[in-house]
Amino acid sequence: MPTPFFLDHVWLIPLFPLAGAAVMLLIGRRLQNSAVSAVCVGSVFVSFLFSVGAVWQLIGRPSEERVIQKVLFEWVPAGLMHTSDGRLVNFVADWGTLLDPLSAVMILVVTGVGFLIHFYSIGYMGHEGGYYRFFGYMNLFMFSMLTLVLANNMLLLFVGWEGVGLCSYLLIGFYFLRKSAADAGKKAFIVNRIGDAGFLLGIFLSVGTLGTIRFTDFGPALAAGRFPVGAPAITAIALLLFVGATGKSAQIPLYVWLPDAMEGPTPVSALIHAATMVTAGVYMVARHNALYHLAPFALEVVAVIGALTAIYAASMGLVQNDIKRVLAYSTISQLGYMFLALGVGAYAAGIFHLMTHAFFKALLFLGSGSVIHALSGEQDLRKMGALWGKIPTTAKTFVIAALAISGIPPLAGFFSKDEILGRAFASSPALWFVGFLTAGMTAFYMFRLVNMTFYGNSRVPHEVEHHIHESPRTMTVPLVVLAVLSVVGGWIGWPTLLGGSNRFEHFLEPVMASGGGAHAEAAVGHSGSSEYLLMLASLLIALGGIWLARLLYLQRTELPDQLASKWGGLYRLLYRKYYMDEIYDALFVNRAKDLGTTLATFDLNVIDGLGVDGAGWLTRFTSRVSIWWDTWIVDGLVNLSARIVWLFSYPVRMAQTGLVSNYALLIVLGVLLFLGYYGYHLRYLMR
Amino acid sequence: MIPTSHYLFLSLALFTIGVVGVLTRRNVIIILMSIELILNAVNINLVAFSRLLGSVDGQIFAIFIITDAAAEAAVGLGIIIAFFRNRETVLADEMDILKW
Repeated sequence: MPTPFFLDHVWLIPLFPLAGAAVMLLIGRRLQNSAVSAVCVGSVFVSFLFSVGAVWQLIGRPSEERVIQKVLFEWVPAGLMHTSDGRLVNFVADWGTLLDPLSAVMILVVTGVGFLIHFYSIGYMGHEGGYYRFFGYMNLFMFSMLTLVLANNMLLLFVGWEGVGLCSYLLIGFYFLRKSAADAGKKAFIVNRIGDAGFLLGIFLSVGTLGTIRFTDFGPALAAGRFPVGAPAITAIALLLFVGATGKSAQIPLYVWLPDAMEGPTPVSALIHAATMVTAGVYMVARHNALYHLAPFALEVVAVIGALTAIYAASMGLVQNDIKRVLAYSTISQLGYMFLALGVGAYAAGIFHLMTHAFFKALLFLGSGSVIHALSGEQDLRKMGALWGKIPTTAKTFVIAALAISGIPPLAGFFSKDEILGRAFASSPALWFVGFLTAGMTAFYMFRLVNMTFYGNSRVPHEVEHHIHESPRTMTVPLVVLAVLSVVGGWIGWPTLLGGSNRFEHFLEPVMASGGGAHAEAAVGHSGSSEYLLMLASLLIALGGIWLARLLYLQRTELPDQLASKWGGLYRLLYRKYYMDEIYDALFVNRAKDLGTTLATFDLNVIDGLGVDGAGWLTRFTSRVSIWWDTWIVDGLVNLSARIVWLFSYPVRMAQTGLVSNYALLIVLGVLLFLGYYGYHLRYLMR
Repeated sequence: MIPTSHYLFLSLALFTIGVVGVLTRRNVIIILMSIELILNAVNINLVAFSRLLGSVDGQIFAIFIITDAAAEAAVGLGIIIAFFRNRETVLADEMDILKW
């Protein structure tokens, strides 16, 4: 059976945005804004169409044939090597794509939400400088993210992983003239490097241990019973990979970059720092579920870190006044939920929440962007209020998203969150309780945000109030589409308990078979009545949070200030984000700077001072000695010999008058002398 | 017939005049002329002995010497003119630069 067209051309999906980015790089500066929009948004749309086609054809196949791997070429043919347990393997890293249910979900989310955000950006970024640069970076991001998601091995995944990190850096620092933006970009990049170091070590370790980094080979490499459950090497790989995930997905202790990343343009926050890139860590852990299945300890770590991050970030979100920062902490918190799900073995639930979260969180960010747009750049919640009637589309879609994230049925967030909480309860009631509290806090801060923005009294300054206007079509259409998705997006995972069939989980089951299956059985085996109770409890706490937000921020608006002054210490602790930035500065950042200063001093004084300057001084000193020796001894001897010759030649020199006449006289005298002598002796002969 | 000794005395007289001229005169041109006298004294001597001994060798020598004298005069005058252009003198006692 020939492979259908779209399944055979999955590798093209990342290349459309890459082409768009290349066009922007080469000729973007000379293009009209409309041409830039056409190229960049169009390329993402084509990717989306190909993704839909590929997923459609994938669903059309029997569930056991839903793994389509295509190796384009051998990228790193490293050759034969020994693994740590002495096997001889032929290690190859290839450049290829892997389309299975997991990556199918991801490409749909990435290209779908990505397309909507690109479309929204046409309106949002229309008046900004560097329009082509923005879209070039965005397209480069789409390429990297799709490479990451479609990679068929760890190393290629890492390429995409670094690519999205780079684009994140570029886009956070998009307004690079603003120092805070440039600093936030650097912070994001550097914090991510720490996580990436862990990821890299994980890759190296799995090369050495398993002898392969291809995802489809993990099953055979692990299934042979070679590694028992809890094998140290596997646990180490799993933990190192999770270190990478904490960096990219902003979990404790590497979450600090994400709130600052809100310095970037709002569509960037929506696309990269809410819907797609930050979920790469969740995807990566889910992708390696076969490894985690053998490392229960690593799974526990993932679950605990996820739960802690969820409640910790939510607590900071309670008191923030910047609309985007509230959403940023909410994102960290929701990512914590996803890791909680992964940690208790509910991979499908984690990915399900990833998808629904992408819908409503992108909507929240785009909606906040629309609010900021309407208020001419104002982001402070204390200067908003009563916007409901003035920007109706934004307000309605925003409230839908807030209801969805709070977990109100039948919106998307309810199903995914309930699934996670149910699984967490089956695994550990303590984890469930943390998630349960977080759900209440989520509902509270989201409706605090909604109430402060759209209801109550207007606190908008007068000069701004005149300019309030609903955003253009290009911005509101994506809002509406995402709102629809936020409502219906959860329905494909309608739980069996409520008369559905949870198609989403069954769709992902082949990929998660190693880990999710057993847990799923356990969860299904759980008694139905307690499931209903859990569902009711999370619904009640969500409604409680909404009621509390309504009480504090609509009916008795004096109460928040009173509470803040009554528990001043707690309030300041939350408002200043537990002083974590300061603590990190004191513990790591300043230590690194000190180390740099020390090394610089050492370099200046010892390397440059003693070494380089010392060598220079020594050379000059020896050359002076040589000069002295040459002048006085060598030349002196030569001069001395000349002087001696000069001295002894004195008498000879006196005879040398230079007068030709003198010489001639001497010749004549000499001749006469000779003739006289000769004649004297010859006179006897003559006789 | 004039005896050979007369020729020899004439040659001796010319030679002596030439040598005294070379040694005593300051002007280089006159020194050059005195050298010509010396050469011609030699010529007379050679021709006289050629006649006495009945051999033409002496006469051939004399012709060589006349040629040589012509060449010498040409080169010598050339040197003197070149020198005069440099030093504006033709006096031998002012030509004392050929020393240390």
